[in-house]
Amino acid sequence: MFNTLKEWFTEGIPLAEGTEAFVDWVKETFSFIFNPIKEHFGTFMEWVSEDILMVIPPFILILVLAIIAFFVSGKRWGITAFTLIGLWLIHNQGYWEQLMSTITLVLLASILSVIIGVPIGILMSKSKTAEAIIKPILDFMQTMPAFVYLIPAVAFFGIGMVPGVFASLIFATPPTVRFTNLGIRQVSKELVEASEAFGSTGAQKLFKVELPMAKATIMAGINQTIMLSLSMVVIASMIGAPGLGREVLSSLQRSNVGTGFVAGIGIVILAIIMDRITQSMNSKQNN
Amino acid sequence: MPIIEAKDLSKVFGKNSKQALKLLDEGLTKEDILKETGSTVGVNRASFAVEPGEIFVIMGLSGSGKSTLVRLINRLIEPTEGSILVDGQDLARMDKKQLRQIRREKLSMVFQRFALFPNRTVLQNAEYGLEIQDVPKEERSKKAKEALEMVGLGGYLDQKPDQLSGGMQQRVGLARALANDPEVLLMDEAFSALDPLIRKDMQDELIDLQSTMKKTIIFITHDLDEALRIGDRIALMKDGSVVQIGTPEEILVNPANDYVEKFVEDVDRSKILTAGHIMKRPETVNIEKHGPRVALERMREEGLSSILVVDAKRNLKGYVTADDASEAKKKDVRDLHEILRTDITKVEKDTAMHDIFTIINGSPIPVAVVENERLVGIIVRGAVIAALAGDSEVNIENV
Repeated sequence: MFNTLKEWFTEGIPLAEGTEAFVDWVKETFSFIFNPIKEHFGTFMEWVSEDILMVIPPFILILVLAIIAFFVSGKRWGITAFTLIGLWLIHNQGYWEQLMSTITLVLLASILSVIIGVPIGILMSKSKTAEAIIKPILDFMQTMPAFVYLIPAVAFFGIGMVPGVFASLIFATPPTVRFTNLGIRQVSKELVEASEAFGSTGAQKLFKVELPMAKATIMAGINQTIMLSLSMVVIASMIGAPGLGREVLSSLQRSNVGTGFVAGIGIVILAIIMDRITQSMNSKQNN
Repeated sequence: MPIIEAKDLSKVFGKNSKQALKLLDEGLTKEDILKETGSTVGVNRASFAVEPGEIFVIMGLSGSGKSTLVRLINRLIEPTEGSILVDGQDLARMDKKQLRQIRREKLSMVFQRFALFPNRTVLQNAEYGLEIQDVPKEERSKKAKEALEMVGLGGYLDQKPDQLSGGMQQRVGLARALANDPEVLLMDEAFSALDPLIRKDMQDELIDLQSTMKKTIIFITHDLDEALRIGDRIALMKDGSVVQIGTPEEILVNPANDYVEKFVEDVDRSKILTAGHIMKRPETVNIEKHGPRVALERMREEGLSSILVVDAKRNLKGYVTADDASEAKKKDVRDLHEILRTDITKVEKDTAMHDIFTIINGSPIPVAVVENERLVGIIVRGAVIAALAGDSEVNIENV
């Protein structure tokens, strides 16, 4: 015991070795979880992007997305036209398949973030202890450089879309958790009292009062989550996630400004469309 | 049996609640206890009983613990000690399920800032209490509509609360509470956020509703005028303790201590005191037995310039003046009828004093106070002024 301590002082605490051993242990111990996820989720994502999105003729999909944008944004023509022209431009540049992969990655990562993040946010809002434990973990997740998660992601899930989603999840879930927590805590005390005074159960209070009241704030968090998972697209391509990010990465490696710029523009267009659509979903509820 | 009864109900906010309660017993003040233990005394051993069908007002300044007290009654705040009996059952000892049941069936609450759900329509707001009890849709919307009709909002069912004025929003709050058909309404400063004119309307309407529906109402307010207006009984709070419980008259006329007295000083007494409070025992002559001689004699004894005339049943007939009486005595007139004057000012016993004030200003002789035409007292001008000035000599035995 004493010798170990002495060693720590002279040789340095073996943090790196420890982490490696820990990750190895996790990988070995939970491989019965990771392996099926890797296989089935990977197959599922390929199925979504290759057998659904890519099978639909691009122009029909562009039209459908434009119509969705039109109605979700409250019949605003600007965003509708932007969706139409932007998506057409990406197709015109020959990046349609990559776009479909990216959309699959971003959508699945965002949906999983919301499914995981909202309940955790609710838990945080209900319990001070949970908040005290979860908050530093969120800080850690958001400040740790995104490249660092790529290493265990590859260790657990190999390369491809699945580790990309895993890395996005870690990077992009915190805003949904934080905003859900904040939104519920901001619900006016009188409204919560009113719901209790009439004899609501905990679940009734949550679903009839707190969540509807916090909806706008939670939606703002989800919007952030989507934007963050988009920003992970390029980073995730380093571990083999297909899509527009991979084009950016290979342009960088070949120092090819033109293709890099065009693929980058594709990501920007997708970001703007997703941002405007989720934001207008939010402001519509406020009115 | 009282419908709500609080026994030694206490609430201490903070960690050392038991210690704080002990120090309270030893007579330390709220401030000392805060310094000593870091705990704030919210409510200190409040005991009271509310009878079915009465409007029981809990009043005090901000920080007096009244809002805490009302939240102890439906246990939105957990009591530190003591019990709250609702129909004889102790709310403080109930588990969550029983408590929910009581809240659903017996107690409804109306909030200061309305606390309407902004995402729901007026009708959906009024339905809330029934909705969470899984009352079928049709039945709950029927009951909610009835409640909204009752408060005069039948035509606003599909509006959102923020489309309504403050007064209308609070009517929705009231309808939401009434839709459950509770036995007791808890109203926490329910009208304080409204402007004065609307507040007065709402007070009147509440009194009307109360008289038709016979609900028990516990009403919290910081406004003594409001308390006196609507309260059947008033509990005055200071520093978390109930310092006096009584009818509005009792509190005004017999303040239990300096604190209450100070409070009462600011009240416009002319709105509260009635003719009955300030009248004096009248000197009279009986028209059936007495003549001008007796009348003159009595006036001389009492130093009066006129005297009231009644019949054997003490029904007021009029008055005679000293001048007329001595004239009649000289002429040897025996009957008071000959000199009786009937241009006398009469007020009912429950006439408010600020009305009397204008009447008495135009009247040369004392005003007669009658109850069903029977003379019960007189009011002289000096008494009115004395009462307005807060003279404690006001005679409450007459009430």
